[in-house]
Amino acid sequence: MTVMEQRGAYRPTPPPAWQPRTDPAPLLPDAEPYRVLGTGAADKVDPELLRRLYAELVRGRRYNTQATALTKQGRLAVYPSSTGQEACEIAAALALEERDWLFPSYRDTLAVVARGLAPASALTLLRGDWHTGYDPREHRIAPLSTPLATQLPHAVGLAHAARLKGDGVVALAMVGDGGTSEGDFHEALNFAAVWQAPVVFLVQNNGFAISVPLAKQTAAPSLAHKAVGYGMPGRLVDGNDAAAMHEVLSEAVARAREGGGPTLVEAVTYRMEAHTNADDATRYRQDTDVEAWRDHDPILLMERELTERGLLDDDMKRQASDDAEAMAADLREHMNQEPVLDPMDLFTHVYAEQTSQLREQAAQLRAELEVASEEAEEEAR
Amino acid sequence: MTTVAAKPATKPATMAQALGRALRDSMAEDPSVHVLGEDVGALGGVFRVTDGLAAEFGEDRCTDTPLAEAGILGTAVGMAMYGLRPVVEMQFDAFAYPAFEQLISHVARMRNRTRGALPLPITVRVPYGGGIGGVEHHSDSSEAYYIATPGLHVVTPATVSDAYGLLRASIASDDPVVFLEPKRLYWSKADWNPEAPQAVEPIGRAVVRRTGRSATLITYGPSVPVCLEAAEAARAEGWDLEVVDLRSLVPFDDETVAASVRRTGRAVVVHESGGFGGPGGEIAARVTERCFHHLEAPVLRVAGFDIPYPPPMLEKHHLPGVDRILDAVARLQWEADS
Repeated sequence: MTVMEQRGAYRPTPPPAWQPRTDPAPLLPDAEPYRVLGTGAADKVDPELLRRLYAELVRGRRYNTQATALTKQGRLAVYPSSTGQEACEIAAALALEERDWLFPSYRDTLAVVARGLAPASALTLLRGDWHTGYDPREHRIAPLSTPLATQLPHAVGLAHAARLKGDGVVALAMVGDGGTSEGDFHEALNFAAVWQAPVVFLVQNNGFAISVPLAKQTAAPSLAHKAVGYGMPGRLVDGNDAAAMHEVLSEAVARAREGGGPTLVEAVTYRMEAHTNADDATRYRQDTDVEAWRDHDPILLMERELTERGLLDDDMKRQASDDAEAMAADLREHMNQEPVLDPMDLFTHVYAEQTSQLREQAAQLRAELEVASEEAEEEAR
Repeated sequence: MTTVAAKPATKPATMAQALGRALRDSMAEDPSVHVLGEDVGALGGVFRVTDGLAAEFGEDRCTDTPLAEAGILGTAVGMAMYGLRPVVEMQFDAFAYPAFEQLISHVARMRNRTRGALPLPITVRVPYGGGIGGVEHHSDSSEAYYIATPGLHVVTPATVSDAYGLLRASIASDDPVVFLEPKRLYWSKADWNPEAPQAVEPIGRAVVRRTGRSATLITYGPSVPVCLEAAEAARAEGWDLEVVDLRSLVPFDDETVAASVRRTGRAVVVHESGGFGGPGGEIAARVTERCFHHLEAPVLRVAGFDIPYPPPMLEKHHLPGVDRILDAVARLQWEADS
């Protein structure tokens, strides 16, 4: 008779309700960021796609430099540049079909433009003439969100609603590394996994939340590892490799569309500029780090791949550059026009129907405007 | 008001039942109406307001969510963006606080920030207020936070039929509505035939619950029955009190309130939430601005104390009761006599 068989002996058993809900192994991210460019995987990518990605990267970089210049000229109140992160932005836009929805954060203007929105319309928020300069339903692009991670549950709700209607629509939501510390990040991922919502979460880990480095943001092995706890796959990708980003996001989108549920994608990238023009990046990071990332520039990586394989000639490069210049010129022209604003708009869209309180306030402002315009006319005379 | 006379065969029904019927009728009429929240499914909500909805409409229409208020309201935003009409339940007043960022940063201003392109027809049901012996964090009156946020409608019924009529209107509204349900009136009964067609009340209109000549009690939600009781008791003192039930804090019915105060010349605002920074200050100011020359006395406030909601064994000292209201009315008379 063994000890375990003795009458009254303690025999450990699992609690009655316990059973594993999910096998963690298939959910774990790659050990290293997934790469395509410069590896054998690149051979399998359609050369046309690579060329398209290259042209979009060049255009995106030009957009970033132009918008930054507009900030210095006082045309934009602020511009959070995504220079260095263009591969993530472009891939996020191109991985989606027209019927899908994009949920950007404030740094993702480029993704919005790559999705097809007029470059100037994407900058309304940052110029300050209104908050959202486009109809989100028309373009299937949610308003740029400045509170962190709060747009993620919106993406989950929209994807959930679309699935209930049987529409085959996918939502792709973008957030930074800092945003993964917010409560809404957790709630969104949890809801998405429980509901198996067709949504893709893209974390652009660019190293810093304004000045706070990733090491002070999380103790997780990677941000992609967070997926496992929610019961969804996590993918770790080289965020400067546009082909890898496009492949991984496209896979995640396809999986979501087919009913496979959500995916968390961590793109390992770097913010080459300061947080915004109001930030001094030299206070919290070394130039040597920035230089190391300069050698891993997303345009450089793509150009090397294409050139080595003879897929890119000088004509194509010039074409991409000319297209980008034309876009920048168009953007400058639009942004140099003074926006025409109607102050009465302040009261128009608060409610479907104005309250009597708002009607009174609108009347007050209208009277003030009339007095001001009469005074201006008198002065002119 | 789309009134249909109730059949004579009325029977006592509770406010909770009327709210449930409003949800049911809204869901039956409009397939885009979805109910979501913690415990709203099999349990029917901790107050049983959603009882039977999951069985009748399925779990996709009446959904038990993970326990996360920001997530509940945040996902409702996305659902509304895609054309649904979510009705979310916050279970208890103080449990809604994690959802405040979603409410204030997104729900309240989505229409405005998109120039009208993205209205959010979301109804946020919040059981609120004390008087039921709830433990800490179960009895807050949080209406001051909501009314301070432009873009939200803030509605609170005091009667069984208003509970039905206002909830129907809130769900039908193209704008977000914070629908405050007075917890201690959930089991209040009225003769109400749940089988008969019901009136849908427009949002934003106050109603005179009792006419009088001596003074106006301006109140809403759980304090309405208390004020009516006070008005009855005041007859012994020779005071004939008018009681105005606001029903909607935003929009605010200046007209009905001012008309009443102009008739009576005196006003007391009564509510459970704290007086400092509470709705009463706003209401008193509006009444003064409109009725100054008709007023015989300053507009007074009878509110809860400016304290965190007390433990249940002490709440009776905090909640405005009949005596405290009558004391205020007495002070109005004194001001008038001096």
